[in-house]
Order: sequence, then C-alpha cells, then structure tokens
Amino acid sequence: MSIATLRTSYLAASLASVSRSMLKQQVPIKSQYAATNSPPPPEGFMPGVANSKFIRNTHHEALRNPELAGVANGETKKMNTFQAINDAMSIALATDDTACVFGEDVAFGGVFRCTMGLAEMFGRDRVFNTPLSEQGIAGFGIGMAAMGSTAIAEIQFADYIFPAFDQLVNEAAKYRYRSGGEFDVGGLCIRTPCGAVGHGGHYHSQSPEAYFAHTPGLKVVIPRSPIQAKGLLLASVRDRNPVIFMEPKILYRAAVEMVPVGDYELPLGKAEILTQGKDLTVVGWGAQLYVLENAIQLAQKKMPGLSVELIDLRSILPWDVETVCNSVNKTGRLLIAHEAPKTQGFAAEIATTVMERCFLRLEAPIQRLCSYDTPFPLIFEKFHVPDMIRCAEGIERAMKF
Amino acid sequence: MLSSKRISLAKVAARAFITPVTVRTFASSSIARNVNITLHKASFETYNCDTPSLEVNISKEELVKMYHSMVIMRRMEMASDALYKAKLIRGFCHLCTGQEAVAVGMETALTPDDKIITAYRCHGFTYMRGASITSILAELLGRKAGISAGKGGSMHMFTPNFFGGNGIVGAQVPLGAGIAFAQKYLGHNASTFALYGDGASNQGQVFEAYNMAKLWDLPCVFVCENNRYGMGTSASRSSANTSYFKRGDYIPGVKVNGMDVLAVHQACAYAKEWTTSGKGPLLLEMETYRYGGHSMSDPGTTYRTREEIQHMRSNNDPITGLKQRLLELNVVSEDELKAIDKNARAEVDKAVEESKASPEPELKAFWEQVYKKEAGIPFLRGREPEETHHF
Ligand SMILES: Cc1ncc(C[n+]2csc(CCOP(=O)(O)OP(=O)(O)O)c2C)c(N)n1
Ligand SMILES: [Mg+2]
Repeated sequence: MSIATLRTSYLAASLASVSRSMLKQQVPIKSQYAATNSPPPPEGFMPGVANSKFIRNTHHEALRNPELAGVANGETKKMNTFQAINDAMSIALATDDTACVFGEDVAFGGVFRCTMGLAEMFGRDRVFNTPLSEQGIAGFGIGMAAMGSTAIAEIQFADYIFPAFDQLVNEAAKYRYRSGGEFDVGGLCIRTPCGAVGHGGHYHSQSPEAYFAHTPGLKVVIPRSPIQAKGLLLASVRDRNPVIFMEPKILYRAAVEMVPVGDYELPLGKAEILTQGKDLTVVGWGAQLYVLENAIQLAQKKMPGLSVELIDLRSILPWDVETVCNSVNKTGRLLIAHEAPKTQGFAAEIATTVMERCFLRLEAPIQRLCSYDTPFPLIFEKFHVPDMIRCAEGIERAMKF
Repeated sequence: MLSSKRISLAKVAARAFITPVTVRTFASSSIARNVNITLHKASFETYNCDTPSLEVNISKEELVKMYHSMVIMRRMEMASDALYKAKLIRGFCHLCTGQEAVAVGMETALTPDDKIITAYRCHGFTYMRGASITSILAELLGRKAGISAGKGGSMHMFTPNFFGGNGIVGAQVPLGAGIAFAQKYLGHNASTFALYGDGASNQGQVFEAYNMAKLWDLPCVFVCENNRYGMGTSASRSSANTSYFKRGDYIPGVKVNGMDVLAVHQACAYAKEWTTSGKGPLLLEMETYRYGGHSMSDPGTTYRTREEIQHMRSNNDPITGLKQRLLELNVVSEDELKAIDKNARAEVDKAVEESKASPEPELKAFWEQVYKKEAGIPFLRGREPEETHHF
C-alpha cells in the first residue's frame, strides 16, 4: 500500500490531529489550523490522557501493580501528577532531615504548584526560594549534596536548564569519578518540567533529555502518570547518584490516579511493559506514551489482530536495554517515538543498540518518530511533534515492510 | 526629532513592517518653543559619578510626543490583555503597563545608531524602536504580519537597532557587552543599552558582562529595570544588595526615578554621553513598577497588596505625571490631551483589527531561518522520513 493511500485511510479513521494530505494538496494554510479564532486546546494537541487505559483510577487497579507490593495493603488517594510529585517531596522531607527543596518561587508553590504547602509544613529553612540563578542553583545543590545532604532543586522549565548545564555535566556527573570516590553528589535531584503544552513556543516546550543522556554519571528519569511520578521521584531523590527528573508539564493536570499514600519507590533504570504483544515493539516515555496508545488503537482498526508491545522506558539514563531487546527479539519490529528533534534524539541510541543486539531478528527498519529538526515552534507546534497519525503510519510501515 | 528618527529608522529597516508612526501636531501656538523644567531633586541617586542635571530643556513638541507614546503603549498593552482574555493570544505574554516611562524616556535620549537589547517584557521597546502597533499585536497573535513573521510571539520582537526581546533571563546582558564592543571596534559613536530586571540581576552572566565591559571600557549602559519583583519574589528576597545601581562595583551608577519619563530621558542622555566619551560602562537603575501580574497567568496580587498597586497607580503613574506637567506648563490644553487619548485608542483599535485580519504564516516559515538559506543545508529531517524537508 502506498503511503498516500495509507495516510488517507488513517485520516478517515481519525477524528483528531492535523491532516498532512491536506497540506500536500495545498489547501490554504488557514484551514489546517483550527480557524483563526479558535485557539489550540489548553491541553495541547494531545487526545485526552484521562481516558487512557494506562491511567489507574481505581484503588484496585492501582494496587494490582507488582512494583507496588510494598504498599499493597495501604490506602490510595486521588491525585493528579503535580499532587503526586508534591506528595513525594513531602515524604522525602519527612523521612530525611537533611533534605531541602529549593528553586525559583518554590516556597510559594512554584509555577506548576508542585511545591504547594511544603514551606508551611516543613519550614522556610527547608523549602526556600532561590534567586534567579540556574547555574547557582545547580552548583549550590551540588555543594550541599557533596556534604551528604539531600538537595531537591527545581529548575522552573527544562528550557532554562542550560545555564546550569556546566554544573550538571562537569561538576555533578563527574564528582565521584574525579575524586576517586572521596566525594559524590548522590543526594542531588533536579526536577524540571519539560515538553510541549500547545502554546509554549521556543522556551517553554523543549525536551532536553538527550543532552544529559550523553553524560556518564548522571541519571535521567521521565514519569508518565501520578503513580509513576511519585515512586520514581522518591527513588530519584534517594538514589545515590545525581538524577535529572523531567516532568512532562502537559501531564501535571491531565489525569488523576489512585496513588498509594504510603512511601514507595519505583525502580530506576527499569522500563515497564504497558501492553504485551508479539508483532511489534513500541517504545516511548512521558506524554508521548498517550499519543502512542492512540496510534496503536488507530493502527489496530486498520490491521485487526495487530499485537503491539508498548514499553514505557521511564529511565532514559541508564536505560533498560534488556527489556527493550528481549521485546524486539520476540517481535522483530521496533518503533520509537519522542518529542525532541530527530537528529541525535534518544531514539538514535535505542535504535543503534537494538541493531547491535537484535540484528538478525529485525524484520523491518526501526522506525523513529520524532519532532522536526527545527527549534520548537510557537504556532507550528502541531506540525512539529510526532502526532498520532504519524505514529500510526510508522506502525503500519514497520508491519508492511 | 522623534518622527524624523522614525523615518530614518524606516529607511534602514530591511523589513517592510517597520512603518513610520505619525504623531499628530497640535494647534497650540507655543508648540515649537522649548521649556525649562527642573526635576525633583530625588530623581537621581549616584554611585561614583556626578548627578545628571536636574534642569531639562526640551521642546514642547517632544513632550507631547512622549505623552503620545506612553498612551499608545498603555493602550496597546490593554489591547493585548483583551486579546489574551479572548484566547486569541496564547502562551507566554508579559505586559509593561506601568513601566512605559522607561522605554519612552530612553528612546528620546538615543539616536537610531544606539542599540537596545532587553528581556521578554519588550512590547514597549519594540514600539519605540520603530515597530508598528500592528506588527507587535500580530506577533502576539502569531500572524504573518508580526514583527518576527509570527514565529516568535510575545518575547521575541526585533527591529534593526533593537536586538530583542529575549526569553532566557539574564542571557541578553553579555550580548549587550558584545554589541557595545562591536560599536567601539567599528568606530561608531554610539552606545548599547542592555536592560534586565531586578530578578535577572542575580544571574552570574550579568557580572561577567560588567567585568568585560569595564575591562575594555565598552560603551555599554547596563540598565536594571527594578520593578520590585521577579515573578513572585520581591527584590529584597532575591538580592543581597537591592541598590542595583551600585552592583557594578567598579562601574559607576545612577538610580533613576523610572516613573518620571523626564528623569529617564535625562539619565539616558547622561549615560549616552558618559559611554560615548570613553569613560567605559555605566549602570542605571530605573525604579519602576508593573501594574499587572508577571505574565497573563499571574493575577499579581498574591505576593503584594492591592493597596501597594493602587498607591503606585494613583501617585506615581508616569502618564498622569507627565500629563500634569504638560498642563501646568501650558504646553497643551486638557482638550488636546483628550484628543491624543482618543486618537491613540483609535490607532490601537485599528491595529487590533489589522493584526487580526492577518493570516497565519505559511507553513514554509516553519523550516526557514533555522540555517541561512544559502548555507548549503540540503534538507531538514521531519518526523518521519517522508516528511524530510528539502530546500
Ligand atoms: C534562565 C531563566 N530562568 C527562569 C526564567 C523564568 N522567568 C521568566 S521571567 C522571571 C522573573 C524575572 O524577573 P525580573 O528580572 O525582575 O524581570 P520582570 O519580569 O520583573 O520584568 C522568571 C523567573 C527564565 N525565563 N529564564
Ligand atoms: Mg522585576
């Protein structure tokens, strides 16, 4: 089947997203956007997360997860992602006297309300505002952690992490190695909101995980939901290595889960298989997983019986080579999708490793669905990011190769 | 002077959206003559330099233009606010309401050869540096007629002698030093005014820029727009020393009443003279106030009292202040001021309609300007292989 007919059939099957075949037909640009006076939806160009079958919105469903065995007999509470993150920090502060939370305006709750109430609960000497000074915030956190304390720092947007890049890459990542183990900054965790929101433009939308993934000594973690965010953040704070914890900001208020109220950690460096399948492996993380979920459904409408294994990578560095390669050895096909631009995006690393490890098992070229190699645009956002239709097409390309 | 400057600016403008702004002339017979005004002695406080003169000699015409510019600016921001509330403008948008005197007083002391660079609160500067109201509003709306072709939005506006509109807090300050170095190197008899906020003043790169500027005696004026808050954090909670005009240490500085357009004008003229006469950089601290929230999502009332805002509005408003002066000096009549207000409103209303009528940029703008067109970059990769864009 040609790409053009393939696409047309997806368009027919899809109610959402932008039509590229329209674009090809030179329809005046205006009609491709929602009309001029209908703005992009506040949740961005992503179908509703709340309806995802990966959202655990009952007590029973939430606790069915074997990773939560430690809190299986405990209570759960309705929480959004920003509340779950708040809850994790609250537990981190309560269980560790050396822990402090700091960043721009965090004592007031922070831009996304993730630190609401913490200053009142734990005191302003433990939860405090910093000056506007990203390099300083990171360096300060590194110094604190080198003393054995727990430093939970917020960089207000991932787009502002670059002034702190040197501190994170040169100081935090290499402290243990260059001091021959005398010092380390295991207590450092940098939280930062990342990703598209529909209207963030150049400096409120980026996903810089791949820059940090290129740095031995760091860990990079991205959660997909409230339950995941709480467990992964607690693990990140307590991990004895510096961790960059990127929070897809579009998910902060996107869906509630029944989150265990107890203290629990989810493993770092370990992917989670969201759906088992035998025909194709699909890998994503953060908000992109919900796009992939819809893309898989769309593809299954076209290809009844298609069995897809969807994997949430969760940790970008170190990443779970075993889980991904075992899956590809089973399915023989792989698609990876992420919001960062394609060239040198993290999909490149995954694809190469899978090629090395599963070469003889591959039955189709590995598909990478990533954003365009342009700066993150303001009004062209929906053309930029790998949407449901692009991902569904990628699935079909992999299957029909 | 202002309008001739705009015309010469329009000449240098490489882009068609820079249109000369017409300023109506007024019937008052005395309009052409200059007036002498003595500024309040609390207008300035200095650090290691003389006080700028409190005696202002200025043409009546220029005073009226200052008033006109401030009124336009305020109207323009009100229109932005309304467009935002109507959900036509999305995302991040920072208004300069209350801070008009800084952009206006600065521009009237500068020539088009001088350069300005600032942070994201940039609509007012963009206007003063020759942009049309339509091009600013259209940028906010993400339309083709926008000053950055709709590709940037609120924080990203530029004119030939205005280097933006910069979204990363503090990043523009060392750029200012570099621009000033180029001016000096190229033998231009002009200065660069690099602006940043009280919050931004704590970024390390600000101090790095100070050092380079003094080391090489660059014609750079560092201007801290102290509006008392960086988002929700008050100056005293963010800065160990809130005398921002003294924070250059080895760079002299002047604190200026930034709510008085004439004090700003006078200080900027002084700074231009200082920096172009080989004395190296100078710091200015503009004491100002933003009436609204930090951005559209901030009501601006959780970290400061309504009384404080009201107090600033009623006692320090730059437009009201100038208006009183104009009336006291008999420069214009009350009716003439009303006419300016009315015309400003009409001018902005018209620009709103024009900007709304502008289409969104064509999709090709999405790929363009990532690299120079002729750079030999054959393609940019898209989301999937078939989407790769070939130039
Ligand atoms: C490097 C960086 N950190 C944080 C931000 C988010 N941010 C935008 S404006 C702002 C406050 C700046 O305050 P100030 O410098 O006083 O300028 P004002 O908004 O008062 O004009 C912050 C924290 C940013 N844009 N860039
Ligand atoms: Mg400020």
